[in-house]
Amino acid sequence: MTAVANTNDALLRVDGLRVAIGESQILGGVSFQVRGGGITGLLGRNGVGKTTTLRGILGLVPRTGSVTLAGDELTALPVHAIVRRGVGYVPEDRDVFGGLTVAENLRLAERKDSEHRYALIYELFPELRERAAQRAGTLSGGQQQMVALARALLNASNRILLIDEPTKGLSPLMVKRVADALQRAALVTTILLVEQNLAVARHLVRDVVVLDQGSVVFAGDVATLVDDPALARRYLGLSTALGH
Amino acid sequence: MSTIVLLIVTGLGLGALYFLIAAGLSLIWGLMRVLNLAHGAFFTVAGYAGFFAAASLGGSSPWLQWFVGLIAGTLAGGIFAVLTETLLIRPLYRRPVGQVLVTVGLALATLALVEGTFGSDPRQVSLPDWMTATTTILGAAIPNTRFVVLLLAVLVLLGLLFFLRRTRYGLIIRAGVENRAMVSALGIDVGRAFTLVFAIGGMAAGLAGVLGATYFGTIDPSRGTTMLISAFIVVVIGGLGSIGGSALAAVIVGLLQQFLNFYAAAGVGDFAVVLLLAAVLLLRPGGLIGRGSA
Repeated sequence: MTAVANTNDALLRVDGLRVAIGESQILGGVSFQVRGGGITGLLGRNGVGKTTTLRGILGLVPRTGSVTLAGDELTALPVHAIVRRGVGYVPEDRDVFGGLTVAENLRLAERKDSEHRYALIYELFPELRERAAQRAGTLSGGQQQMVALARALLNASNRILLIDEPTKGLSPLMVKRVADALQRAALVTTILLVEQNLAVARHLVRDVVVLDQGSVVFAGDVATLVDDPALARRYLGLSTALGH
Repeated sequence: MSTIVLLIVTGLGLGALYFLIAAGLSLIWGLMRVLNLAHGAFFTVAGYAGFFAAASLGGSSPWLQWFVGLIAGTLAGGIFAVLTETLLIRPLYRRPVGQVLVTVGLALATLALVEGTFGSDPRQVSLPDWMTATTTILGAAIPNTRFVVLLLAVLVLLGLLFFLRRTRYGLIIRAGVENRAMVSALGIDVGRAFTLVFAIGGMAAGLAGVLGATYFGTIDPSRGTTMLISAFIVVVIGGLGSIGGSALAAVIVGLLQQFLNFYAAAGVGDFAVVLLLAAVLLLRPGGLIGRGSA
């Protein structure tokens, strides 16, 4: 398995991303960049546009602005072509195909180089092998999250994964397993992570980008944000800073 | 007893025709959310294409003529459908009302064109002698065309189920019926699947067009429209996007129409089908077999 190198160069660059749905402007010109390697957290209170930012990067919502991956402009491409360039996506609602089996869900995400990724996936989530013939719609929320993460990890040519609230609604035990899986995944790819569970995010992410009212209000090192009570309160609504 | 057997086989034959039209309609709606009101036009054009292809071989074996007509009609349905998708539907993917209007327009224009060119009177199709004969089962003299229609519809059903369950494109279509955006987000070009689904739907409707001519013994410009209405009812009763549901609903609708039209009065069967549709919509809005079940 090839490890991804941590770099200071921007792998993903988002510049002036605007999304309007009907009359309401959801994103009003979001700009940030994601360094290669590791996990960058996209944080903010509920409803500030984190999910829309991920969907905007992928082209799942109409948007203007610029999104580049390693210098290649993505905004003119259709969704599937953006994914083919190396942008994987794990949506907030998991969006597994409920009528398909676990194995079929994974097979859809397969690429030519997926074979060796199965070893990683089954190491992280052995249940997926055991439940290969089970319909994904009958799995628990945690197991569905495993399928969603596994689909994104199967594509070894993904250079960055956009992962939206992977621990939402999960039991504490499952939250830990997903966090461990993200840590392992970050060894082989770059991750842009939306995560409301700040205790989890604090220990996973290296850099953070904070959104507020559709714009970036903070970008930098995670420790700078969460160790400063004033910043944490202002941008994340926390009454106290999170400890290590 | 013989009457019941005859009604069963005839009802199943009619259901087979409904299924062939409904299968494409159901997949097209399930995957693309396109209400294709031009689907009956595929049936009509294929019927005429098959008729003239068979007629062009006048003097040769009746079986060869019928078979060539069958292939020509099926291909004509597929080609017409692909052209419809690429030229008319694709530019309107984000405008569902526009799609409905364009398919209505195409259906009306095709009907007018076929009527204007070939006239509105039914044309008798020539069939091999065996097909115009009957086979006696439990005392019922059953036209052999019923067996042909049933056999081919069953083969299409099995082929479609194999395609949907055992091939990668089938997997993409089943997943797309559930969540098209997520299929794209896995790096898959859903647009190709759209064209493929239209091609499959058009070919099935084309096959139905030729088999309809075989079943009824005639072709006429307006039968496609009549069949389309029944096929839409079948799709909704069976469950949008479900091939198995369409097959089950087609059998129920075909049998119900035949039995009630015979034992009650002409037209009662058609009315009962509409009542069944209303009951399904009220009690089981997702249809007998829900979405994505293939």
